[in-house]
Amino acid sequence: MAMIDPDRGGPAQPLLIARDLRKHFKVKGGAPGAVVRAVDGVSFNVFKGETLGVVGESGCGKSTLARLLLHLIEPDGGELVFDGDPVGEIRGISVNALRRQVQMVFQDSSSSLNPRMPVRDSIAFGPYVHGKTKAEAGRIARDVLVKVGLKPDLFGPRYPHELSGGQKQRINIARALAIEPRMVILDEAVSALDKSVEAQVLNLLRALKENFNLTYLFISHDLSVVRYISDRVLVMYLGAVVELGPVQDIFSRPKHPYTTALLASRPSMDPARRIEEPPITGDPPSPINPPSGCRFRTRCPHAEAVCAQTQPVLGAWNDQDSHIAACHMQVPESGHSLAIRTH
Amino acid sequence: MDGGVVPTLAPALVSVEDLTVRFVTRDSTAHAVNGVTFSVRPGEVLCILGESGSGKSVTLRALMRLLPPGKTRISGSITVDGQDVLALNPAALRRLRGGLVSMIFQEPMTALDPVYTIGDQIAETVMRHKGVSKTVALARALELLELVKIPSAASRLNNYPHELSGGLRQRAMIAMALSCGPRLLLADEPTTALDATVQIQVLILLRKLQKEMGMGTIFVTHDLGVASEIADRIAVMYAGRVVEEGPVADVLANPLHPYTRGLMASTVHGQDRSRDIDAIPGSPPDLRQLPPGCAFAPRCSLAAGECLSAVPEPRFPAPGRMARCVRLGVPAFA
Repeated sequence: MAMIDPDRGGPAQPLLIARDLRKHFKVKGGAPGAVVRAVDGVSFNVFKGETLGVVGESGCGKSTLARLLLHLIEPDGGELVFDGDPVGEIRGISVNALRRQVQMVFQDSSSSLNPRMPVRDSIAFGPYVHGKTKAEAGRIARDVLVKVGLKPDLFGPRYPHELSGGQKQRINIARALAIEPRMVILDEAVSALDKSVEAQVLNLLRALKENFNLTYLFISHDLSVVRYISDRVLVMYLGAVVELGPVQDIFSRPKHPYTTALLASRPSMDPARRIEEPPITGDPPSPINPPSGCRFRTRCPHAEAVCAQTQPVLGAWNDQDSHIAACHMQVPESGHSLAIRTH
Repeated sequence: MDGGVVPTLAPALVSVEDLTVRFVTRDSTAHAVNGVTFSVRPGEVLCILGESGSGKSVTLRALMRLLPPGKTRISGSITVDGQDVLALNPAALRRLRGGLVSMIFQEPMTALDPVYTIGDQIAETVMRHKGVSKTVALARALELLELVKIPSAASRLNNYPHELSGGLRQRAMIAMALSCGPRLLLADEPTTALDATVQIQVLILLRKLQKEMGMGTIFVTHDLGVASEIADRIAVMYAGRVVEEGPVADVLANPLHPYTRGLMASTVHGQDRSRDIDAIPGSPPDLRQLPPGCAFAPRCSLAAGECLSAVPEPRFPAPGRMARCVRLGVPAFA
């Protein structure tokens, strides 16, 4: 295995660039040509050392996106660049080399562990496959168990069914860390945990990121958790990015009406100030035949003729501080009556 | 019943006293519910708040006798509208379920029958309890779908559950639960599986229907935010016991039990991003081997010797407030 310089591209090079990623699934037994546009032209950067939060409702494509990034699902189109190297191209790095540097933690802590294997063997398996000897892999497993706060002698020999949900998720995190990745994709990694355990795991994730200089892509439907852990936030709706920006901008000055509605839908936590009217009505439409133009227009309080005619573009970002939204109201002269003015 | 907890304004619709539920298998016995006492007045919403394994759903299912009889041992008493639920024969139990008491679940896809249309399922309930014809029952089903604000209700009557979105399915289940005008609604995490923008719609709908129909409601949830939107009173459960109870605003503003305080601190809600969250250390106890004392003591920063010897008795530091904690400081208002 060739030695990889840990930081090839330098600090300014985004760790991961996704350009125009696409994945359409054929609908079994559906109308001819019917496809689910699960991820439909998604582009973003993940900068070194940051946590990029990805939020959206079920069916918005956030989990498909995570799988595309690791080629667990083959993308239909688009490209990935990891630290300056195109993925899966001759002049770039292979998918295997990408997986050595990017690992993933899933929501269901049980089904992602082999029930017939003691957890220390599950952890050691990764390093072993990636070229370590059995003895080395075993030592690594002990080390990472300590790092995630589990005693190796007590927990290492156990099988998954002998562990609680929080402990299993620590094992999954340990397994991801065992091959010393530079980036970890956390797909609803704390969503199935009880609140008291979720808080412990979030604290652990923060500490690990600090200690091992990690970059996170943190996918969640829970806006409060995303706000707490993310540096930047990407909001998805029906397979497309609708808003992207620094966490404090997204939460205090959302630009897209969908983001505004998502934020307003959070319970008040104060019985004296309950939400009296739903911020938006209806369910997200089916991604099989998404609405023409802006996909959110069927639920948007500000929808106008232009929204049905043209699909708003997200626009370009310059750096980590860019705050952009795919909405005609954000584009001067877009034809929307509430469009911002340039002067 | 503990007179200190419930001011006797109206006769209770539900009163549960010293309810104990054990699941017995050949190898072990799980102590799922360990002496739960509470009551609900007509038109009142009680939220049972707890984490997985706290016994909140088991308590709810016991109220309708939905637990598998072979391996469940229930003791204590459950009275709903004057009827002793634990003594009902099968015929009386069928009249109770869906009539006087109805229930909505977390997963409408598994609670609804996939091979019958929404209209047929609702009509069946109405015919069974009200003894009306299918035509009358279908007309009632249409009214109900309109009541729960399902768009183009008439055509939805002929839809199968899989043809509806998650939010519409949950509305259809609510329609079915309300079809015979129950006096008590049991809700087991009905909004947990829904997306955020849909969850708030269903919560607001439930709150409105509950007020209009004056139903007593027991709403089980793990989510403090949901409880704050819908509850009149909260009962916090831990390891099969109610550890704290009181009016929702009072409990959220001034939690008494260390577990309630820990749960609130560990719920992520606008915390300072630069600091760790105040998580509760450890994990909930094994229900097969509960400690003899306070079940929360092993995770509690205030635990002392007396916490480990016996289960704390309920204390009533203020009107309407209860907490099972021996280390309860004497609050200023007590």
